[in-house]
Amino acid sequence: MSTIKTLEDLNKAAKRGLESIIPSKTKIMVGMSTSGLASGAQEVYDALAAEIKKRKLDVVLCKTSAMGMDCIEPLVEVIQPNRPRLAYSRMTAKKVPEVINQVAKGVVDGFKPTYRMDEEDYLCLNEKKPYFKGPLPNDVKDIPTISNVDFYKKQVKIATRNCGMINFESIDEYVAKGGYFSLYKALTQMKPEQIIDEIIASGLRGRGGGGFPAGVKWQTCRRAHGDIKYVLCNGDEGDPGAYMDRSVMEGDPHSIIEGMIIGAFAIGATDGFIYVRNEYPLAVANLQRALDQARAYGFLGNNIFNSGFNFDIKIGKGAGAFVCGESTALMTSLEGKAGEPRAKYIHTVEYGLWNRPSNLNNVETWANVPAIISRGAKWFSSIGCKNNSGTKVFSLVGKVNNIGLVEVPMGIPLKDIIYEIGGGIPGGKKFKAVQTGGPSGGCIPKSLEDISVDFDALWEAGSMMGSGGMIVMDETTCMVDIARYFIDFLEFESCGKCVPCREGVMRMNEILHDICGGKGRPGDIELLESMSKGIVDGALCALGSTAPNPVLSTLKYFRDEYTAHVRDKKCPAGVCKALIRFSVSDEKCTGCGVCLKKCPTECISGEKKKTHVIDQTECIKCGVCKESCKFDAIIVE
Amino acid sequence: MKVGKMVSFVIDGKNVQAEGGAMLLNVARQNGIVIPTLCAHDTVARSGACRLCVVEVTKGKRTRIVTSCLYPVDEGIVVSTKTERVMNVRSLVMQLLMARCPESQLLKDMAKEMGIEPQPSFRVETDKGKCILCRLCVKTCEDVVGVSAIGLSRRGKDKIVGPPFMEDSVTCVGCGACAYVCPTDHIVMESTDGRRKIWGRAFRMKACDTCGRYFAPVDQLKWISKKTGTPLSELSVCLSCK
Repeated sequence: MSTIKTLEDLNKAAKRGLESIIPSKTKIMVGMSTSGLASGAQEVYDALAAEIKKRKLDVVLCKTSAMGMDCIEPLVEVIQPNRPRLAYSRMTAKKVPEVINQVAKGVVDGFKPTYRMDEEDYLCLNEKKPYFKGPLPNDVKDIPTISNVDFYKKQVKIATRNCGMINFESIDEYVAKGGYFSLYKALTQMKPEQIIDEIIASGLRGRGGGGFPAGVKWQTCRRAHGDIKYVLCNGDEGDPGAYMDRSVMEGDPHSIIEGMIIGAFAIGATDGFIYVRNEYPLAVANLQRALDQARAYGFLGNNIFNSGFNFDIKIGKGAGAFVCGESTALMTSLEGKAGEPRAKYIHTVEYGLWNRPSNLNNVETWANVPAIISRGAKWFSSIGCKNNSGTKVFSLVGKVNNIGLVEVPMGIPLKDIIYEIGGGIPGGKKFKAVQTGGPSGGCIPKSLEDISVDFDALWEAGSMMGSGGMIVMDETTCMVDIARYFIDFLEFESCGKCVPCREGVMRMNEILHDICGGKGRPGDIELLESMSKGIVDGALCALGSTAPNPVLSTLKYFRDEYTAHVRDKKCPAGVCKALIRFSVSDEKCTGCGVCLKKCPTECISGEKKKTHVIDQTECIKCGVCKESCKFDAIIVE
Repeated sequence: MKVGKMVSFVIDGKNVQAEGGAMLLNVARQNGIVIPTLCAHDTVARSGACRLCVVEVTKGKRTRIVTSCLYPVDEGIVVSTKTERVMNVRSLVMQLLMARCPESQLLKDMAKEMGIEPQPSFRVETDKGKCILCRLCVKTCEDVVGVSAIGLSRRGKDKIVGPPFMEDSVTCVGCGACAYVCPTDHIVMESTDGRRKIWGRAFRMKACDTCGRYFAPVDQLKWISKKTGTPLSELSVCLSCK
């Protein structure tokens, strides 16, 4: 690899990259990010490699990351000359020979791809490149295009533009997608102040949860006094069920790096750090590889693009404490101390890492920057809604049919994400609520399903955007139990520095455990409320001051469930074991005996074709009988 | 913020002036306003851990609760030290600490003065002693004494103060500064017959060459000698006889 100093050099790299993205021969790509690997992509990859070798096919086999629809992984995609790109979902090693047969013949026959792509979006170049010229081959005509797949229909990809599209191991492919052209533009054609103005004009708000205007933060940091300044990337994603940042770090690490270099130039920073949790081994490896590549090309180091600008980035690995996602705790941890937050009355843009001006943005924010520089503030702000420009990446999980990573324009109605992109609730159950904003976010009830998904509307509803976790719950979810779950998590993750968070969240957890355990006392709900106020006001950092949110938001919308637990000693959703009782309906039971066989404590008895009985003294309320009964004869009350 | 320049602002309806950037707690106290604290001490940097010193500050359009021990004063701010929100936080903090450390007389006395009763719904802890995790001992050992014999370990409700791995401290010099600074008398230091026991270790005390009274652990004198370059022989007389 030789250093890239001129536009001509950059164009050469782009050309190499394009030849590798759409080669003149057949290319097979396997989605090998964590979600793919977890569903068996490595086995599929190995089987493909073996089959290709066995048949001596002249085929390129490479890795890519996840495009978002994790519920259909492992995903194998085939690009062949003069044919659309085809995606085979839920692949197994067994299905490999059949796919290879189709590849060898160049015709779809039998096992069908889930969708096809006729063209590929090169967002930063503002163009679309077709995979084939001329008419669409007959054999693929009835395979839907990706834009007709419900999951992708309403998505707009900016931050995740390259995820699943390029080989994350290739810097040239990133360049071919328009990567590092924004850096070239910023360093050779723009002044730092112009870049900041562009980011301010774009309306980009911090995607880590705070929603603070990124450009304004950059400006404050640029104006702060100090010879040495830092730009930092927060990749310490720790919310249960959230993996937006992991996906970008794994699938498109260069987008973050390019964003950070542009930011550093605008701010006047000399060094950068990416703080990433070590539980993300693939993200760490892919970032490290990308940093080495960027350094080899001269995008990091001295005199980048002959501009005289020097900058480099190091990775700081976190040990997986949730609190280290808080800005001051992250910086304390980077300094090599225990990750504890400190007071922020003087902002970190003035006194941050090692008491120097430090600009911290999260992964998704940085990944947006190159796109804004290349396409312009006007373009970016035309996407989204008022005061909420652009898109937001969410990890859509829980009780929803299509689980995966989605990127949607800000302001999209919540119901579109749940019913259209998410494909609704499995098993014909009713949608109840969605938890947004991670553990310290809140629950939004079905009655607000029309809500516009943006920073301000979610905040107003008592939840928050957070970094983008979205956990869907159905009617079988107990909201008190959910609040208890999140408070339990926060109690475990509290660093223990300040009293309201350390002791207060623990006491709230005790009270919630009591309520769920049938030991709720009159006054508990009011006590939870008054404690919440004290913790919100009194805690040192954002983890503590938002910790009561799960309780406050569930109390706001589901107070009757709390009352049922405390006063009536009932769990309406049938979840809290101490408050429920399983019995058999005389009307519905056919005496088939399935529950009797499945019961792990053998506490169900009854003769064939006669109503069965559950022995309450032995029943452990595991719910196996209810799940196994085809006649809906098990009553939970 | 006007650091170093004189600024005017209001505390509890009273116009006051102070150097910009000075900590609000100090300015309030200089003006005769009582704000309770547990973790602020003049000898070490403040951590803001106890949250008892919270006050309500309005700056521009924004009103919020801040810890006065760490809040730098600025021109035009309006401070209220006894609002309902403030009292709610203080009362919660006291109730939480009383449940954690039921034995602490200091907490009982402070709560009485503030008119705060224990919260009966909080289960009383039995294994935390009188430690409120104010971290004054840790900071004193690190910043003032300079030996870092004790530190904080674990996280959240399991957080604990002590020597590394809770084993008898190797680096402790037995100076007792931690016990001296501890607001709740949690740290036990026993001195008998020329021996001092603290953090699981016994230290031999040095008797004053003049009056014969035991005045400091030998290890501490060695540490002072090493740190300051004063020969150990010059440290053999107690402060009263010097």
